[in-house]
Amino acid sequence: MTTATARIARSGHSAPKPSKNAKAREPALAWARRAPLLPALVFLIIVTQLPFVVTLIISFLNWNSLRPDQTGFAGFSNYVQVLTDPDLRQAILTTVILTVSVVLVSLVIGLGLALLLDKKFIGRGLARTLLIAPFLVVPVAAALIWKHALLNPTYGLINGSLTWIWSLFGSNNPPQPDLLSQAPLMAVVVSLVWQWTPFMMLILLAGLQSRPMDTVEAAQMDGATAWDIFRHLTLPHLRQYMELGGLLGAIYIVQNFDAVFTLTSGGLGTANLPYAIYQTFYFANEYGLASAAGVVVVIGTIVVATFALRTVFSLFKKEAAR
Amino acid sequence: MSTLTPATPRNAARPAGFDGEPRRRGKSRMDPTRNNTAAGIAAWLLALLFAAPVLWMILTSFHSETDAATNPPSIAANLTLDAYKEFFGASSGVSPWPPLINSATASILSTALVLVPAIPAAYALSIKPVKNWTDVMFFFLSTKMMPVVAAILPLYLFAKTVGALDNIWFLILMYTSMNLPIAVWMMRSFLAEVPVEMLEAAQIDGAGLLLTLRKIIAPVAMPGIAATALICFIFSWNELLLARVLTGVVAGTAPVFLTGFVSSQGLFLAKVCAAAVVISLPVLFAGFAAQDKLVQGLSLGAVK
Repeated sequence: MTTATARIARSGHSAPKPSKNAKAREPALAWARRAPLLPALVFLIIVTQLPFVVTLIISFLNWNSLRPDQTGFAGFSNYVQVLTDPDLRQAILTTVILTVSVVLVSLVIGLGLALLLDKKFIGRGLARTLLIAPFLVVPVAAALIWKHALLNPTYGLINGSLTWIWSLFGSNNPPQPDLLSQAPLMAVVVSLVWQWTPFMMLILLAGLQSRPMDTVEAAQMDGATAWDIFRHLTLPHLRQYMELGGLLGAIYIVQNFDAVFTLTSGGLGTANLPYAIYQTFYFANEYGLASAAGVVVVIGTIVVATFALRTVFSLFKKEAAR
Repeated sequence: MSTLTPATPRNAARPAGFDGEPRRRGKSRMDPTRNNTAAGIAAWLLALLFAAPVLWMILTSFHSETDAATNPPSIAANLTLDAYKEFFGASSGVSPWPPLINSATASILSTALVLVPAIPAAYALSIKPVKNWTDVMFFFLSTKMMPVVAAILPLYLFAKTVGALDNIWFLILMYTSMNLPIAVWMMRSFLAEVPVEMLEAAQIDGAGLLLTLRKIIAPVAMPGIAATALICFIFSWNELLLARVLTGVVAGTAPVFLTGFVSSQGLFLAKVCAAAVVISLPVLFAGFAAQDKLVQGLSLGAVK
């Protein structure tokens, strides 16, 4: 911390002070303002943009590290393969299904929870803390718990609870579903929804609590029902918060690796693009193909990101007027 | 959560001369006479449902292996520390300390390294903003939107070429770049809360930069810096893909250790739960410590 503060001090020292020959000083002044930005910008460009340029180049190469003699220019053949290879096409589809379903379901549940937590009741703080807990379990640990302690068909908590509930009604023939092998993608979705719902809830709760209450009170005076208020005042107000939560969530879930890796090891149609790319370069050593798939992910992300940026910007520009 | 700034009331225009002071809302609007019992019961049931896997993980970690893997579950089984002893290598002799220490090193050092460029950058984006500062902000954000997988192969090849594979310092560098855009966004939103009037008053009074930083900016921004650091710590501690690809036996982190921990032989459920508890503890502490600023941080400052 001390170094950081010292840096501000140093770089900002020559910073703007009104002077008589301001005109001559203008470029110097602008650079003095920019200087504190440079370390962060330069570092990020080197560590994130440069490797992507390399990925872009490799994506046009025929490069498998196990067959170095066959390395050469490949044109668009890697891209053709990404879009025609059944496994990689499946991975694209899985990524879309996974992202959309996790985001939508956790948004809906998160909205319900936020509406409940917006009310006053006994132990609200503790209930809120309990609800945040899933988000604060290390993702790999969460995936392991889901796989072994909850979803295991023989001794997992879910089937165990079913046995217990059925036995209460005198039945010794409870349903014992095996989600992990019957619907593995669903298992991944369920575990991710569990982790991401608290995130959505927190953002929507903050949105709810920033509602302009005077309009709500005015509507109540005019005899509006609770549903009317929810439909015409609360939901429109929450819209941008839902967009924000959804898009930030999407950015993270598109990139999800931990849950797929741990729960199913990408088996049975659960391999999403990050997992498929990891497999392609780490185990199959197909560097060119993996890079092309990586570029496809980036293109897909740019599409989502364009919307995300617009949403974040709409929340942001009012503050920017400052 | 007690001070709620209306982040962006789309319909409610800000009053003229709004100075960024957090306005207190939502406190008085709750009608205490209203009966919210039904909502309370529903909220509590759902809270318990969501917390159940965590509570079950903790309970199972204190059970013996035989009690852990029963159907129906043995909730009232005797408690024991055996699983924790096993996790710390009682019979296998494999100590989890090296990966735990690696994780701590990578998370703490990368968090410290993130703050070094993030704080001045945030300063140049809020208190003395550069001309096109919104463009710069969105450049930072756009780097975060690029999936790690799109850059991981060149990073891996680079590390392999220069001999930085399985080196904790290379991982620290990666985590620093991974968290830097987030940190800049968060810090900017926290620094932007410093009232302009106070900065102007300080300037009129002839306070130097150092004095301004210490007396005006630091007191307002400190909780925000702490929250940013905690959230960066969590992201680094949780990370798996980079660690999996870039580290091995020497520099492997706790999540990597955890994925290789599950053995197929015999009963291991209590041990897995104990491992998950130990590895999640730092994140649970950091998360609850940052609870008040968690929303603002996770929404990159867009929501307060």
